[in-house]
Amino acid sequence: MEYFLELVFSGLTRGSIYALIALGYTMVYGIIGLINFAHGEIYMIGAFTALIIATVLNMYGLPLPAVLILAAIAAIVWSAAYGFTVERVAYRPLRGAPRLSPLISAIGMSIFLQNYVMLAQTPNFLPFPTLIPEPAFLEPIASMVGTTDLTILLVTTVVMVLLTLLIKFTRTGKAMRATSQDRTMAFLVGVNVDTVISITFVIGSSLAAIGGVLIASHIGQINFYIGFIAGIKAFTAAVLGGIGSIPGAVLGSFVLGLTESFATGYVSSAYEDVFAFSLLVLILIFRPAGLLGKASIEKV
Amino acid sequence: MLELRHVDTYYGNIQALYDISLEIKTGEIITLIGANGAGKSTTLMSISGIIVPRRGKILFKGQDILGMAPNTIVQLGISQVPEGRHIFPALSVAENLDMGAFLRRDKKGIEEDRAYIYELFPILKQRRNQPGGNLSGGEQQMLAISRALMARPQLLLLDEPSMGLAPLVTRQIFEIIKKINKEQHTTIFLVEQNANLALQVADRGYVLENGRITMQDKAELLLANTDIQRAYLGI
Repeated sequence: MEYFLELVFSGLTRGSIYALIALGYTMVYGIIGLINFAHGEIYMIGAFTALIIATVLNMYGLPLPAVLILAAIAAIVWSAAYGFTVERVAYRPLRGAPRLSPLISAIGMSIFLQNYVMLAQTPNFLPFPTLIPEPAFLEPIASMVGTTDLTILLVTTVVMVLLTLLIKFTRTGKAMRATSQDRTMAFLVGVNVDTVISITFVIGSSLAAIGGVLIASHIGQINFYIGFIAGIKAFTAAVLGGIGSIPGAVLGSFVLGLTESFATGYVSSAYEDVFAFSLLVLILIFRPAGLLGKASIEKV
Repeated sequence: MLELRHVDTYYGNIQALYDISLEIKTGEIITLIGANGAGKSTTLMSISGIIVPRRGKILFKGQDILGMAPNTIVQLGISQVPEGRHIFPALSVAENLDMGAFLRRDKKGIEEDRAYIYELFPILKQRRNQPGGNLSGGEQQMLAISRALMARPQLLLLDEPSMGLAPLVTRQIFEIIKKINKEQHTTIFLVEQNANLALQVADRGYVLENGRITMQDKAELLLANTDIQRAYLGI
């Protein structure tokens, strides 16, 4: 039983991280119909920013929670700036071009950012400092669920609630939903669609940065390639849940995280990807639009 | 209020509008009639700034708005109800109306306009929490017009409000259009294939053929014109 719970918590933790990244994919897809392949790199840049800031702050001997929060804020700001710039440079000039062009541009951006970080930093793995303390009172359950897992779950939950409130109730949120449902009409009621698209990239990138900081602290090392792998997994989660659907991305992420965790725990860690992608194939056979995705009906 | 001078609009290299000139005075209902593909919607999209004409001038209250961003044009007081209604399907009826008032900050005025619209179309009040996509065609047309009114426009552009509606519902919509013109003093530019109905409510009309304006006159004279009768009224 304890082993089972351990696997559940480890699955939920993975799922949380996937969700933080998958939201960026699904929101961007919902607004401009583009798979932003450079999104994983934004997450990686978030982790690197946090590493640099945390290293500097640790030298000054700040308390751990303060270091964590400041490093996370720096990561959010820096990643958001990258997300914003990527959209401006690589996607906005191609608005109105055939769908394939921005997709190629996205892949190019992804390769560029990976290599840029590799050259500017290092191709090797860098140790990431532990930023989340392990207090003594959590000792009894530490074998099942660590403080890092709890922190990841808690942060993800808070972020999801905030995002839901933003999208449901604010003027910006309504503009985002309207733009994703009918872009021409959004123009006609006076929405500045370019601004909405920029805001979407900034929000998605910020979420990815939070994911980057949390997972780097959890795993303890990063390199320029982590964004690619995490990005592919989160993208899978977004498709699993129904690309373009925000609750779908969250659900898909947890389903994927739990599947991987159980596959690792009961079969072998060598097979976790086999199970993850078999699940994707199965779901796409029976529900081609994903778990919560709506099958799009082309009206003629 | 609105004046188009020698407007040429292109889609890529294909010219859709040739030398369009027309004028709409404050308080008028003007109609633009023409067959499918004549360029009626293109004319409205050119005014709203969704497509930018290559040549010409579009003067709104004396100011050239050609090349301005669509949101600036809405801000200046021109709202459009596009062909096919374009309801935000997953937003509730109330949220669709909120989107109409997107650029307004006067909370009190917005609530007044909302109350006026609910009085005009009680069905929308009943259905205010339902997704817009669940409404019938006629209700969607009412919502589309209401959403445009929420911007409190000085000039309302209507593209084929009768499309796909039962004759009875169409009559009702046209009654409301007249009412809005009278009660809210909104100037109306109505684009229609249903020339008969459009000319009955309009003060003046323009005829568009293959991207060119071929005729313009008072609405009752166009109704009586034998060429128009043969081509557009099926008489």
